[in-house]
Amino acid sequence: MIRFESVTKRYPDGTVAVDGLSLEIPDRSITVLVGPSGCGKTTSLRMVNRMIEPSGGRILLDGEDVQQQPVHTLRRSMGYVIQHAGLFPHRTVADNIATVPRLLGWDRRRARSRALELMERVGLDTALARRYPYQLSGGQQQRVGVARALAADPPVLLMDEPFSAVDPIVRKGLQEELLRIQQELGKTIVFVTHDIDEAIRLGDMIAVLRTGGRLAQYAPPDRLLSAPADAFVEDFLGADRGIRRLSFFTSGGLELSSAPVVGEDDAPPDLPTAPYLLVVDGDRRPLGWADPKRRAAGDRTLIPYGRSFPAERGSLREALDSAVLSPTGWAVAVDGDGRAVGVVSQEAVAAAIRAAHAGQGGAPEDAEPAGVR
Amino acid sequence: MSIFHFISDFFSQSAHWHGYDGIPQRLWEHIQYSMLAMAVATGVALPVGLVTGHTGRGGNALALLATAGRALPSFGLLVLLFVIIGLGLLPVMIPLVVLAIPPILVTTNEAVRSVDPAPVDAARGMGMRPLRILAQVELPVALPLILSGLRSAAIQIVSTATIAAYVSFGGLGRYIVDGLYQRDYEQVVGGATLVAGLALATLGAFWLAGRLAVSPGVRHR
Repeated sequence: MIRFESVTKRYPDGTVAVDGLSLEIPDRSITVLVGPSGCGKTTSLRMVNRMIEPSGGRILLDGEDVQQQPVHTLRRSMGYVIQHAGLFPHRTVADNIATVPRLLGWDRRRARSRALELMERVGLDTALARRYPYQLSGGQQQRVGVARALAADPPVLLMDEPFSAVDPIVRKGLQEELLRIQQELGKTIVFVTHDIDEAIRLGDMIAVLRTGGRLAQYAPPDRLLSAPADAFVEDFLGADRGIRRLSFFTSGGLELSSAPVVGEDDAPPDLPTAPYLLVVDGDRRPLGWADPKRRAAGDRTLIPYGRSFPAERGSLREALDSAVLSPTGWAVAVDGDGRAVGVVSQEAVAAAIRAAHAGQGGAPEDAEPAGVR
Repeated sequence: MSIFHFISDFFSQSAHWHGYDGIPQRLWEHIQYSMLAMAVATGVALPVGLVTGHTGRGGNALALLATAGRALPSFGLLVLLFVIIGLGLLPVMIPLVVLAIPPILVTTNEAVRSVDPAPVDAARGMGMRPLRILAQVELPVALPLILSGLRSAAIQIVSTATIAAYVSFGGLGRYIVDGLYQRDYEQVVGGATLVAGLALATLGAFWLAGRLAVSPGVRHR
């Protein structure tokens, strides 16, 4: 566990970057430090591996003050990922990844095989091992950066805005990859970002810092969205936090109705309760909505269904989005292979949302994260 | 007579290829003076440039020193030192070294200072010690620029080492100085051609060194 005890960083010119920060960072989870520029988030991170020394307070790593530990040993025991990856341009991908193992005295062969193993782990083709950084895309470079940080299997990973220099699509891929790796490896990750959406997406715990280096709120993302501590946090979270919070409720409890799902060539069933039918192809993949009366009259036109949501692993946010996107007001639930499982109305989703709120008894302290992002 | 006649006559005379005043001997002397001056200048300027570049301190003092060094006329310095110290290799070496230090010092400092800070930060964060960062990150990345500084220093030394002949040393300057004195322009042109040739060979040697020593990862730029 990493523990900040009233950590302060005051520069000789009087600037205070971090002001009395106290935090407990739980093991094997992702803790995100987020805030506007000048809030001291990067400074806080860099004090953990002593790239910056605090001017007050202390940081404990498993109960030991980091300042009592030899600085190089300390740094080698923590993975470090920075914004532009900071790869060594003169070294190949494999040699970049093998940096810390080589520093720790591993022999060349062992370090190399470890590098190849890590390339696979972060989703890089091992054929890239002999390439130089300039031959890689920004996203690939950042993957190498992550692999390099993981090379000596450190328990702690420090990540300083690692994904902010890549485009949104690549960033999303990298975030998913990080969550997947985290699920496999269970590291203690401290992650700095200025992007609140990234923080909510990745963080098990989120520390919102305000300008001047003071902690505004420290809470799990669900709690942050439902109960921001003050106007600053609320403002920083931005609009539609109610909608965003729905990401933390699973769609698994929705009652799906499969009766209105009909094959392309099936005769339309007589369903007085379902105003629309979902037409699916031979593989049960959704094609579109049909009006039962007009279909009975021989009209084959379909109404586009917009976007489906995963029935089991999805969230209420995805279900709601699917329902409001569909012109019929009904959401389409699919299984892992994209086959239609059933449909659910906007009203049913709304009822599920109310039930989810009620399930928390209006006391967000008891909130159990649904484990869905 | 055209300059090409001078050149062809000079190189076709078999007398110019033998003995203490032969081309091989003079060329070898010239190379020796150049290498010695280059070794001393590099030994002084390279470490200073690397360290000031790494720490980012002393850049202004360096630039001042370099400008002053560049302003010193090599020939004037040679004559002055000759008068003060007397005959010897030292009055020849000092101007050459003084000539070579500024380009090496300034380029090396600039090369290390302009290394992308991200890899250096990453290296520090991974627990590399400062000396290792300098040797394994900053130096290899800055190497193309450092080599260009060494190259211009070497070219200047090779072309200026001719002044050794003024104080009765050997080298290719012998042909130029003696030729001028004897109004033997064939010899002057021949000597000048040899100096130019040696300068080109130096360029070639640095090109080769660049191919061998610079990582393909930084060479592409």
